[in-house]
Amino acid sequence: MTLTEKLREKISRAFYNHGLLCASYPIPIILFTGLCILACCYPLLKLPLPGTGPVEYSTPVKDYSPPSSEPGHQQGDPSERPDWYLGPPVAYIQQILVKATVSPWHKNFLAVDVFRSPLSRVFQLVEEIRNHALRDSSGIRSLEEVCLQVTDLLPSLKKLRDLLPEHGCLLLSPGNFWQNDRERFNSDPDIIKTIHQHEPKTLQTSATLKDLLFGVPGKYSGVNLYNRKRVVSYTVTLALQRYDSRFLTSLRSRLKLLHPSPNCTLREEHVVHVHFKEEIGIAELIPLVTTYIILFAYIYFSTRKIDMVKSKWGLALAAVVTVLSSLLMSVGLCTLFGLTPTLNGGEIFPYLVVVIGLENVLVLTKSVVSTPVDLEVKLRIAQGLSNESWSIMKNMATELGIILIGYFTLVPAIQEFCLFAVVGLVSDFFLQMFFFTTVLSIDIRRMELADLNKRLPSEACMPPAKPVSRSQRYERQPAMRPATPHTITLQPSSFRNLRLPKRLRVIYFFARTRLAQRLIMAGTVIWIGILVYTDPAGLRTYLTSQVTEQSPLGEAGLPPMPVPGGVLPAGDVKLALSVFPSEPVQLSENQTQHGQPEPGTKAEVTWGVEDEEIWRKLSFRHWPSLFSYYNITLAKRYISILPAIPVTLYLNPREALEVRHPQEANRYHSFFPSSLGKLEAVDRPGEALPKLQGHRDVTLYKVAALGLASGILLVLLLFCLYRVFCPKNYGQNGLSHSRRKRGDLPCDDYGYSPPETEITPLVLRGHLMVGCHNSPVACCSQPVPHPLPACTEGSANLQLLHFRLRRDSSGIFDYQESWDQSPDPKNGLEDPFDNSHPLKRMLSPLQPLLFCDQPDLTSLIDTNFSEQAKAVEPEPRHRAVCSRHKDTGYNFGRLVEKVYEEQSASNCMNFAGFPATHGQAVSCSPVAVWAGDLESSVWSLDLRGNLIVAGRSNGKLEVWDAIEGTLRCCNEEGQSGITALVFLNNRIVAARLNGSLDFFSLETHSSYNHLQFRGTPSRSSIPSSPMCSSNDLIMCQLTHTVPCAHQKPITALKAAAGRLVTGSQDHTLKVSAPLPWVSPVGPWAGGAGVGGDSGMTSLPGPGLWSALCWGSVQHLSLPAVTLLGAILQGREVPDWQAPSLTLSSLFLAQDLGCGASLGVISDNLLVTGGQGCVSFWDIGYGDLLQTVYLGKSNESQPARQILVLENAAIVCNFGSELSLVYVPSVLEKLD
Amino acid sequence: MAESDAAPTISKKCGPYISSITSHGINLVIRGLVLFFIGVFLALVLNLLQIQRNVTLFPPDVITSIFSSAWWVPPCCGTASAVIGLLYPCMDRHLGEPHKFKREWSSVMRCVAVFVGINHASAKVDFANNIQLSLTLAALSIGLWWTFDRSRSGFGLGIGIAFLATLVSQLLVYNGVYQYTSPDFLYVRSWLPCIFFAGGITVGNIGRQLAMYECKVIAEKSHQD
Repeated sequence: MTLTEKLREKISRAFYNHGLLCASYPIPIILFTGLCILACCYPLLKLPLPGTGPVEYSTPVKDYSPPSSEPGHQQGDPSERPDWYLGPPVAYIQQILVKATVSPWHKNFLAVDVFRSPLSRVFQLVEEIRNHALRDSSGIRSLEEVCLQVTDLLPSLKKLRDLLPEHGCLLLSPGNFWQNDRERFNSDPDIIKTIHQHEPKTLQTSATLKDLLFGVPGKYSGVNLYNRKRVVSYTVTLALQRYDSRFLTSLRSRLKLLHPSPNCTLREEHVVHVHFKEEIGIAELIPLVTTYIILFAYIYFSTRKIDMVKSKWGLALAAVVTVLSSLLMSVGLCTLFGLTPTLNGGEIFPYLVVVIGLENVLVLTKSVVSTPVDLEVKLRIAQGLSNESWSIMKNMATELGIILIGYFTLVPAIQEFCLFAVVGLVSDFFLQMFFFTTVLSIDIRRMELADLNKRLPSEACMPPAKPVSRSQRYERQPAMRPATPHTITLQPSSFRNLRLPKRLRVIYFFARTRLAQRLIMAGTVIWIGILVYTDPAGLRTYLTSQVTEQSPLGEAGLPPMPVPGGVLPAGDVKLALSVFPSEPVQLSENQTQHGQPEPGTKAEVTWGVEDEEIWRKLSFRHWPSLFSYYNITLAKRYISILPAIPVTLYLNPREALEVRHPQEANRYHSFFPSSLGKLEAVDRPGEALPKLQGHRDVTLYKVAALGLASGILLVLLLFCLYRVFCPKNYGQNGLSHSRRKRGDLPCDDYGYSPPETEITPLVLRGHLMVGCHNSPVACCSQPVPHPLPACTEGSANLQLLHFRLRRDSSGIFDYQESWDQSPDPKNGLEDPFDNSHPLKRMLSPLQPLLFCDQPDLTSLIDTNFSEQAKAVEPEPRHRAVCSRHKDTGYNFGRLVEKVYEEQSASNCMNFAGFPATHGQAVSCSPVAVWAGDLESSVWSLDLRGNLIVAGRSNGKLEVWDAIEGTLRCCNEEGQSGITALVFLNNRIVAARLNGSLDFFSLETHSSYNHLQFRGTPSRSSIPSSPMCSSNDLIMCQLTHTVPCAHQKPITALKAAAGRLVTGSQDHTLKVSAPLPWVSPVGPWAGGAGVGGDSGMTSLPGPGLWSALCWGSVQHLSLPAVTLLGAILQGREVPDWQAPSLTLSSLFLAQDLGCGASLGVISDNLLVTGGQGCVSFWDIGYGDLLQTVYLGKSNESQPARQILVLENAAIVCNFGSELSLVYVPSVLEKLD
Repeated sequence: MAESDAAPTISKKCGPYISSITSHGINLVIRGLVLFFIGVFLALVLNLLQIQRNVTLFPPDVITSIFSSAWWVPPCCGTASAVIGLLYPCMDRHLGEPHKFKREWSSVMRCVAVFVGINHASAKVDFANNIQLSLTLAALSIGLWWTFDRSRSGFGLGIGIAFLATLVSQLLVYNGVYQYTSPDFLYVRSWLPCIFFAGGITVGNIGRQLAMYECKVIAEKSHQD
């Protein structure tokens, strides 16, 4: 027991260390493993390629004798001898290769004359061979004694019964087409048809009857109408049972004597033995396929269990690679140590995979992903490994034991299998430990990074500060914790209804998986494969020959590719006239007979290397199929092919004319306008061949035209389909998002990613503030405690602009721009003087402009702050209005004015009033000095009318006059930093870092007009627009405090519908009861009602809603709260689904990293900003409707701020630009 | 619910999730059908495996050779597999010890693969003598049981099935209803029980997995309700 424990401990420790190692150096270890795999697989190169191609071995024909069947005594070099070369072959193949031509060729001959007379000689030749007998001392030996006697054909080959020999010698020749009957041949009107009648009509199989009987591939035979060489070749194939060298020599010499081939240089030195491997028939194929299907099902069901990782597919692939390469390694290692696999690899492979199994890999993955997430990756891997170390080792020991038992069955096949399995198991263990663990660590690290990225905007930037206040808060927490009357639970998103119709989903599914393309691709590949496979003299044969050439078994002098035989020039008169002494006479007779003055073209039969082993050009299935007709299998057996006997036949024209069939002459007469005997039309027949050629070309053209037409039709059809499915012009303005990976796209739970939209966001590049930031435009109303750690420095400034665009019903924009200050370290370094001159500016409504006519203020953008400061200095006198504070900052008014003047020259709009009024500096931005504020920074900001309320990090609340830049009042009652502010009519609600809510009231001590400011269309009315006069004294009083509204810093605060909604990092969202002092009808009613504390006391009361919410509430959009409030008010509405669904969709948006910001467009439309995009969501159903990409390049820039305009357009910032996105029309339709 | 008395064993295993007796019946029928077709398919494929090697290349009746044995053999195998596949989970329930060992589809696939492999080995591997063949096959079958089942009930049922099936097939052969193509009578008898045993274990494995799937589906359904 203790031993086991000790062992366990040791194994666990070793695995732990190993896991640490793997996770620490992933790349070197993967490289090392790859090298190991390659090294172990190297011996595999020596193995022949798997396949059913025949293997060759050649022996010299001189003193050849059949090998003995016992492996013991063999002659020759045993190292070269293949192990199948035992015993006599199934048959000896003796081919008599006949090349025949009509010579000299007359120009008035028909195309059929090329082969008719040469073929007619085959009968004579066959007779000669059949009747050949060797007479010597031992008696008479005829062919019948040595040849392979065949019996019946297979019953299914009834139709070939007349064509193939039965019950006798297996002797094949083209004459078999006519049952070796010359008379039949002579009376055959159409030779081509006879030959081709048994050709398969559809797919060309490997060995056709024509090939079998001719013994040469179809294209070499020359039996067609377009044979330009006019040489016909065919073979008489003889299968011999026994090798009788004397008989064969006598046959050879006799045939050579009868039909000499003077220029034949064929080497006749080698007998080639061809060994055929096992052919896989359908009967064997079906179980094989079944095992493979089971194997794939096993792999599928196994890898499906991989979960909780970044890339399931990647890990599944890694698992499969682990198993496969371990098998390869095992075969390689076994080969290295001298064990050659004799089993059929394809058959045992599935069983090996199943025996080795994917279990360990899965267990490993499961164990690693179940370790605590907050651990470091290294430690997670190490822990996961060590947790499972014992079971892995135990399993492996068990499997090894089982396999060892299998090894002792002493059955050779099982022993071999077990050997492979053992080595495979060990190498699999090795690969698991090194390869898969490392891949897993990489994956886990990637997942961690992805998580980090997702969390970055919210929690990762949270400074770890303020522990004291927190602890204080925690103490008070139980007392103040409100009783929650209702908890809104988030339903699992999988139960949400889907908005998109099924039809569209299916189409999107097809589009997403590119199913059609893949099917077409797979089909094409299969088709090409079939073509290559069935090609009789194609790639496969070539490959096979190459392989055999590489292997020492192959013959050295094998020509790699067929060389086309040359056509000798017609003028070559090196005729072998001596062979047929009578022929010249006949020839001349012939010529005189026909009165033809000029001699015909004389041809010569040439013999080249390509004729040497013409059987090589046959399909490798040729011999097996031939023998299979007689129920003789060549699987695992061999045949010996003896060197071919060359026979050359020259036929004189008279002979050719004699055998011509009358019908042929008539049929081909149409091609030859000149009649047979009319010699005056000498030139015309010469055109016959080109004409035939032309005929064929026409067919070709027809086919091409048909193909083209069908192609065009297909394209049109597809186009119509496309129009039907996509009636809109998608993608016309499409940006190129090719760099985006699918995984980056926001998508819903189903992996469905809506089409990237065609909407091009309008980029508002021309704005003043745009270029002057080194960092992207941040927004002042963003809760500041976390995003900018540098805020606390307070030593530098960066103008951050809050830009709000509101669109009037008249289509005229007014601009409210306010500048926040925020540190700019660069500037701070450059110009220390500027530090004390933060800029604050409000650009009051300028000339009302149509959006498109907006002046180009790009020229004002200047990032060089030091120069800017210098440029400002000569102009302090102009800032008369702002002179209340002497050490002012910078006045933009003049610059803007200049630009406006320039622009007005070309602008049709009337800017006449501008110079007059600008002197009043209404549009001039006030410059404020934030004296004494260097130690604190502005965290929150809100603005209403001409008042700006700023919350500072030190808890100070300041009210500024936006126009004049004066500090109107200040409240320093709170100590905790103000993280969010909201104007609520005459009140200010401030949320503090410690989670408390403060209510301030603003009071003026003079006649107070509306604080509400609305832009007016006419510029001249601006001075008279109601403003908070600078003479009024504004008081800011703290009226009430809700001490512990939240337990963690409040990050979002919104007010709508008389309610307050706060969101905090404590993962709750709270909605207050309607604040009683907010009158729903009128605006702020003076200072009345301030004293009523009922509103505040009711906050923790029964009206307060608390909901468990997502991550951390970051942003609340006002309309969202409106919606929420509206829904919450409808408490009596029985449909409680609505609020929860709302929250679930918000949750979804946040969860997917799209929710850096959000806004609500309408009751059921939500827009969220993501990385470089904005996404539209359906609130009710939580569906992602559309994603609009804001730019091509800045993918990393999140859209931090989103403002929804009234006409369903949204403005969002994106990097240093503003983008205006009109809500897609699709969404409008959904409304 | 009303069906709880009708199907007490199911509800014991599946909890209160059975919604109606009809759905249970339908599930039973579906499971039976699936098992039947699996049995037929395996019978056809394994019959092909047993066809002697060295058949001629593309023999003309290769397609018909799939159905070369008597027509009633595959349906019989299918029926037997349906019965066995339903019997195993039923027996588990009656014994009150639900089978928990490696209840995954991947394991089932592995089991099927090993079963086909055993058949393959019995058909293709040249054994020296029949004793060796029987011993090897018996070891392999036991190994199959140990790897994928490990339950005593499964072992007992497998033995019973093997015994019964061998008896039935021998009776058939004696009466001349069916005959083996192989002349070696002993050879056939030696591998039959092992194959039957392994087949019983395999089909039982599939049946258990299917039964578990049924439970899961019902559980999900009731959740949705």
